[in-house]
Amino acid sequence: MHDRTIAELAQALARGEVSSVELTRAALDRIEARDSRYNAFITVTPDQAMSQAEAADAARAAGQAGPLAGVPFVHKDIFCTDGVRTSCGSRMLDTFVSPYDATVVRNMRAAGLVMLGKTNMDEFAMGSSNETSYYGPVKNPWDTARVPGGSSGGSAAAVAARLAPGATGTDTGGSIRQPAALCGITGLKPTYGRVSRYGMVAFASSLDQGGPMARTAEDCALLLGAMAGFDPNDSTSIDRPVDDYAAALEGTTIRGLRVGLPKEYFGEGMAPGVRAAVEAAAEVLRDQGAEVVEVSLPHSGLSVPVYYVVAPAEASSNLSRFDGVRYGHRCEQPQDIIDLYERSRAEGFGTEVKRRIMVGTYALSAGYYDAYYLKAQQIRQLISDDFRKAFEEVDVILGPTSPTTAFPIGERADDPVSMYLSDVYTIAANLAGLPALSMPAGFADGLPVGVQLVGDYFDEGRLLGVAHRYQQATDHHRQAPPGAVD
Amino acid sequence: MQWETVIGLEIHAQLATNSKIFSGASTQFGSEPNTQACPVDLGLPGVLPVLNEGAVEMAVRFGLGIDADIAGRSVFARKNYFYPDLPKGYQISQYEIPVVGTGRLEIALDDGTTKTVGITRAHLEEDAGKSLHEDFHGMTGIDLNRAGTPLLEIVSEPDLRSAREAVAYAKKIRTLVRYLGICDGNMQEGSLRVDVNVSIRPEGSHAFGTRTEIKNVNSFRFLEKAIHFEVERQREVLEDGGEVVQETRLYDPGADETRAMRTKEEANDYRYFPDPDLLPLEVDAAFIEHVRATLPELPDEKRDRFTEEYGLPAYDANVLTAARELADYYEQVVAAAGGEPKLAANWVMSELGGVLNAQGLEITGSPVSAEALGGLIRRISDETISGKIAKQVFEGMVNGEGDADAIIEARGLKQITDSGEIQKMIDEIVDANPEQVEQYRAGKDKVIGWFVGQVMKASGGKANPEQVNGLLRHKLDG
Repeated sequence: MHDRTIAELAQALARGEVSSVELTRAALDRIEARDSRYNAFITVTPDQAMSQAEAADAARAAGQAGPLAGVPFVHKDIFCTDGVRTSCGSRMLDTFVSPYDATVVRNMRAAGLVMLGKTNMDEFAMGSSNETSYYGPVKNPWDTARVPGGSSGGSAAAVAARLAPGATGTDTGGSIRQPAALCGITGLKPTYGRVSRYGMVAFASSLDQGGPMARTAEDCALLLGAMAGFDPNDSTSIDRPVDDYAAALEGTTIRGLRVGLPKEYFGEGMAPGVRAAVEAAAEVLRDQGAEVVEVSLPHSGLSVPVYYVVAPAEASSNLSRFDGVRYGHRCEQPQDIIDLYERSRAEGFGTEVKRRIMVGTYALSAGYYDAYYLKAQQIRQLISDDFRKAFEEVDVILGPTSPTTAFPIGERADDPVSMYLSDVYTIAANLAGLPALSMPAGFADGLPVGVQLVGDYFDEGRLLGVAHRYQQATDHHRQAPPGAVD
Repeated sequence: MQWETVIGLEIHAQLATNSKIFSGASTQFGSEPNTQACPVDLGLPGVLPVLNEGAVEMAVRFGLGIDADIAGRSVFARKNYFYPDLPKGYQISQYEIPVVGTGRLEIALDDGTTKTVGITRAHLEEDAGKSLHEDFHGMTGIDLNRAGTPLLEIVSEPDLRSAREAVAYAKKIRTLVRYLGICDGNMQEGSLRVDVNVSIRPEGSHAFGTRTEIKNVNSFRFLEKAIHFEVERQREVLEDGGEVVQETRLYDPGADETRAMRTKEEANDYRYFPDPDLLPLEVDAAFIEHVRATLPELPDEKRDRFTEEYGLPAYDANVLTAARELADYYEQVVAAAGGEPKLAANWVMSELGGVLNAQGLEITGSPVSAEALGGLIRRISDETISGKIAKQVFEGMVNGEGDADAIIEARGLKQITDSGEIQKMIDEIVDANPEQVEQYRAGKDKVIGWFVGQVMKASGGKANPEQVNGLLRHKLDG
C-alpha cells in the first residue's frame, strides 16, 4: 500500500478494499521502523492519527465521507495544530503546543485526511537543505549522505521514502519546489493568496504560501483542492472560488500549449544534468503538440538579491514575537527584561535565523530603508512586470527548479551565499506571487532532477494539468529511492 | 525676555468598538487580566490581523467631524520595538499615509473669541497591553486585555499658545469624540490619553524652539499643570544660557513636575514598513457619504443653533453644548417648560450644575429629570411661585420629594397674588416704619428694596415680588 498514490488510496478506500485504520496503522508502523534513516519527522502523532482514521471509517460507513476521507498524510511542522507541538524546527518553539488549528489544518481535517505527524524543516523555514533544523538534518532518501533540500525537506523526504503519500509544505523562496526536485517528487506553490496563511508560522508574510507535495500532479491536485480557499482570517487571502483541479487534469491538452523557456536561465550555474532534463522535458511537451519558444525575463538576475532584502526584513519583524515572555523558550534566571530578551533569543534561535534577523533589521533601519527595502520592492515590481509580459506570449514557463541535484550534507552549510543560490530559479515566482510547480524530470548521476513550470495567476489547474500530461508520458515520478519500496 | 509658548498635542482616543481592531475579542474595560485576549491579541505564532470595519467607520466619522480630507487609500505599517506588553514585538499603526488627513477644530478662548486649531492627521493603530508592577514581588505581570483595542491618534499642529488653549483644545476633542459616539472620553480609564509637545521661543520669533514631549497626562488639570511646569523649566534653562534637550518627559502629578524619560539619541529606531499582513485600506466616496449621512449635529452647529433658536448668549451656548447629553437635557427642559429658554439655561447651568458638581454626577445621572425641571420652570413662568421659592422646591426635588407641583402643594408654597392680601401686609409694614417712609420720601429710593424685603419676609417668601414692588410704590408715592 505504501507505494500507492493518494488517488489510488482514495479509490481503494471508496471500494472498501482497505480501511483508513489499516492504512494509518501501516503508515505509522512504517514511520516507526524507517524514519531513523531520514529524520523526516519532528513529531509523530499516532493517537490522533488513529482516532482520525476511525472517524474517517465511521464517516465512510455512514456514507458521509468525502473522496479523500481516511487518506493519511503529514503536515510540515510550520502549521499550528491544536494540542500538538508546533516547533517550526526551532528550539524557540520546542515546547510550544498550539492552542488553535491553522486554517489549512482545519480544511484538511474537514476533508477527512488523517494526519500522521509533523515533518522536519529548516528552522523557521530558513534554509535550502534542512540543515538548520534544531532537530537535526533530514537525509535524502536517494542518498542519505545528501540533503533533501529545504525548507520543506522533511515533507519531501517522507513522501519520497513512501512514509506518507502526501504532505503539506510552505514555499517562501522555493521551499516546496526545491526539496520536491531534490527528492524526486511533485510539489506546487500556489498563487499568493490561494491558500490561507492563518496558523502558518510566518517567515516572510508577502512571500509565504502553503501548498501540496506528493508523488504525482494528480495527487497535488487532490490535496490542493482540500487546502485552498478564501479565509476571512487572512486579509491577503483572495475571495475567489477554488477551481476543480481534478477536472482540470483531464481538461488540459498539450496540443497548442505555448511553453516559454526563459533565456536568462540557461547561462552559467546550471549543472549539465539539470540542463539536459529541462531540454528533455521541453521535448516531451513538444512531442505532444506544444509550441516551445524562448521568452525573456530580463530582471531574473536580481531575484536573489531582492529576495534577500525583502524576506529577512519581514522575518526580522515577524520573529520579534519570540521574546520569551508569553510562550516558547525562556532563558534561566533572567536578571531583567533586556537580559530575558537577549538570552532567550540567543539560545532559542539558530545561526541562520539570527543572520536573517540581523540582515533584515539592517535593511529596515533608519537611513537604509530607502536604499534597501524600498529599492527591493521597486525591483520586485519589475520582476512581476517581466512575467506579465511573458504571459502575453506563452501559457506556461518551463525551466529548472534547482541549479543542481541534491548536494552532500555539510557542503554548503558554512557558505550562505552558495546556499542562497540554490533558490535562484524558484524565488522569482514568490516575488511575483505566481503559482509554480516542480516535477520529476529525470536523473543525473542517480539523483533526481526536477523541472519547474510557472503559470499565470490562479492558473494552478493548468500547471497541474500540464504536469499530469507530462507524467502520463514519462515515468520519472514513479521511480522510488533505493530500499524505499520493499 | 518675553517668551512665547508653542504647544502641539497628540491625543490617543480609544474607539468605542465592541471588538478589537484586528481580532474578534471584546474591548470591555475592567475584566480579569488576560480574559479578553484571543490568539491574535496574544501574538501567537501564525496568527494574522483582520481589520475591524467599525474602527474605520469611526475614524472616518472623526475625519468628517474636523472637516478633514479622508484618504482614499491608507496604509498600515509596523512600528517595531520590544516591550513586554507589546505581544508581537511591533505595533500595527499608520505611518506615511494615515486615514484622516489635514483638518481643523475651533476652540473658544477665555476672552470670548474663538481660535481655529489645525489638525495634522489622525491615524488608526492598536493599543498595547499593560504591565502590572504591583502584587508581583519584584516581578512584572502582563495583562493583554487592552492589547489590540483600537486607537485613533489625533495629532494637532503646533498652533496652541498657552496651557489654557491646550486644555480648551483637549476638551473640545473630548466633546467632539463623545458627540460622534466614537470614544467615551474617560481619561481616568485611559480612554483618552494626551501627549504634549512643548517648546518656547522669544516673542516675535518664527523659528520653533527645541521641544520636549510630555507623556502620562491623564486629566485636564494635570495637562495645565504639566505645561506650566515645563514652560517654566525651559525658560529657566534658556535664561541660564543652557539649551533645551529634545527628549521625552514624564509628568509626575504627585511632585507636580516633569522628569526626563529618554533623549532623542536613546529613542528607538522603529523600522517602520508597510504591514504585509494587511492590504492597503481603501475608503471610497460612497462609504464616506454613508458615514456622513449618519453624523449627528456637531458641537459647533448645536452651539450656533442654541444662540439662534433660543437666543442664548455665546457663553451659555458653549457650556450647554459641551456634552451632547447636557444639550439634550437642556432641550428637554425647554420643551417641558414650554419656553423660557434663558431661564432654563440658568437653571441647568447654575442650580442643577451646582448639585451635579457637589454630588460628582454626570448629567445622565441627574437626580432631577428634564421633565421635572421643566415643570418647575413652568411654575416660575406662570407665576405660581417666585424664583426664590423655586429654589426651595428644587431642593425638595433633589431630595426626591416629588415633582414641583407636589412639593408646592405639600409645603403650601403657592405664590400669593391676591392683591388684597398683599396690600394688607404692606399697610401694616408701612405704618410700623415711619422713619423709613420718611427716608424714601426724602429721595432715598433704595429704601424700596428694604420694604420689599420686609413684605416678602412677612409673606414667607410667597408674595409675588414684582407685585409687591408695584403696590409699595403706589402706597409710598401716593
